[in-house]
Amino acid sequence: MSTVKLTVNGKAVAVEVEDRTLLVHLLRDHLNLTGTHVGCDTSQCGACVVHLDGRAVKSCTMLAGQADGASVTTIEGIAKGDELHPMQAAFRDNHGLQCGYCTPGMIMSAIDIVQRHGGQLDEGTVRQELEGNICRCTGYHNIVKAVLDAAGRMKVSQAAE
Amino acid sequence: MYQTTYHRASSVDEAVSLFGKSSEAKFLAGGQTLLPVMKQRLASPSDVIDLGKIKELQGVELSGDVLTIKAATTYYDIMTNADVKKAIPAIAHLTSVLGDPAVRYRGTIGGSIANNDPAADFPAALLALGATVKTNKRSIAAEDFFKGLFTTALEDGEIITAVSFPVPAKAGYEKMRHPASRFALTGVFVAQTKSGEVRVAATGASQSGVMRVPAIEAALKANWSPSAIDSVSISASNLLADIHGTAEYRANLVKVMAQRAVTAAG
Repeated sequence: MSTVKLTVNGKAVAVEVEDRTLLVHLLRDHLNLTGTHVGCDTSQCGACVVHLDGRAVKSCTMLAGQADGASVTTIEGIAKGDELHPMQAAFRDNHGLQCGYCTPGMIMSAIDIVQRHGGQLDEGTVRQELEGNICRCTGYHNIVKAVLDAAGRMKVSQAAE
Repeated sequence: MYQTTYHRASSVDEAVSLFGKSSEAKFLAGGQTLLPVMKQRLASPSDVIDLGKIKELQGVELSGDVLTIKAATTYYDIMTNADVKKAIPAIAHLTSVLGDPAVRYRGTIGGSIANNDPAADFPAALLALGATVKTNKRSIAAEDFFKGLFTTALEDGEIITAVSFPVPAKAGYEKMRHPASRFALTGVFVAQTKSGEVRVAATGASQSGVMRVPAIEAALKANWSPSAIDSVSISASNLLADIHGTAEYRANLVKVMAQRAVTAAG
């Protein structure tokens, strides 16, 4: 057992876990942040994507101990109170989900994509960059629409800040 | 995953000493291969020693005609590094088609070559560019480093610290990606050194891991153009065959990927 200290959604936490614990299980089982999902558990589907020090990573492919000292943001940490993050709002407005299982990971990856491309996104880039996130319902069409919509909204909200 | 004990090393020396104190330790860099393997219970190290935060293993240096990438530098940091893009853009391209964005944020060059997966991308770059693997004990030429499937010249407790690439005159890498795993069904790295030598390496093709392709090297030495490879014949014997492709298919891919790589190299 080890104590892992990290910041999750802006809050400092210290969690006692077995050394073999994966980051996703620390989040879900110890902090009750069950918005981050375990899909394939083999690093392929992306349902478990969270931001680790600002980078979108697969939390099922990291030991909790590797995140010691890091800042982690999960799907629960991106809205401002009742106001959805522009990416969340765009997924809702564009019907970018059906069952919703992949959505938390999609949104966390999509925010990272927009941040890396600075709002200069086209459909092909979004499709290519989402290759690490698998959706079995939507056929991706509305997900791609949502990400492109959100890229515009995030540009506007950045400009406003 | 079986029980294990996690250690975070703050220096290479500390990592070596932790290794010496453990019964069956494994070094962990980005963990994009080791952790999935541990989850499948195909590996059960008593201890994992995390190298990911060791400062001396991070970063890229360009000094004259040598590009040095420290071992724990992530694919993303390699792909976006200005010196890499300037000196050997084929390496930046290789990292951009490796895994997916989340994997590229975590996976490292040292982890890739230490694991020596027969379908990994970086072994082809090292072999084609005539790179040198630096460890805490010695320097190993790429030719001597890769020893077959998942096997390298590394000794127990030896840690890769960096890889040095001579900057080539031209280089290109193209691969047929497996659409789900993104590993190379076959990938070919072609390079022309500044002294005019041509070196070609293929990954994902041979049953013995990454390999040079002398027939294509000879054809390109005579005429550096995709069409020079048209008449080359690649034998399917000793090539990998699985549900994703037959040995004959991979033999053809070696040619086609080499041609595309030459086009990309210019």
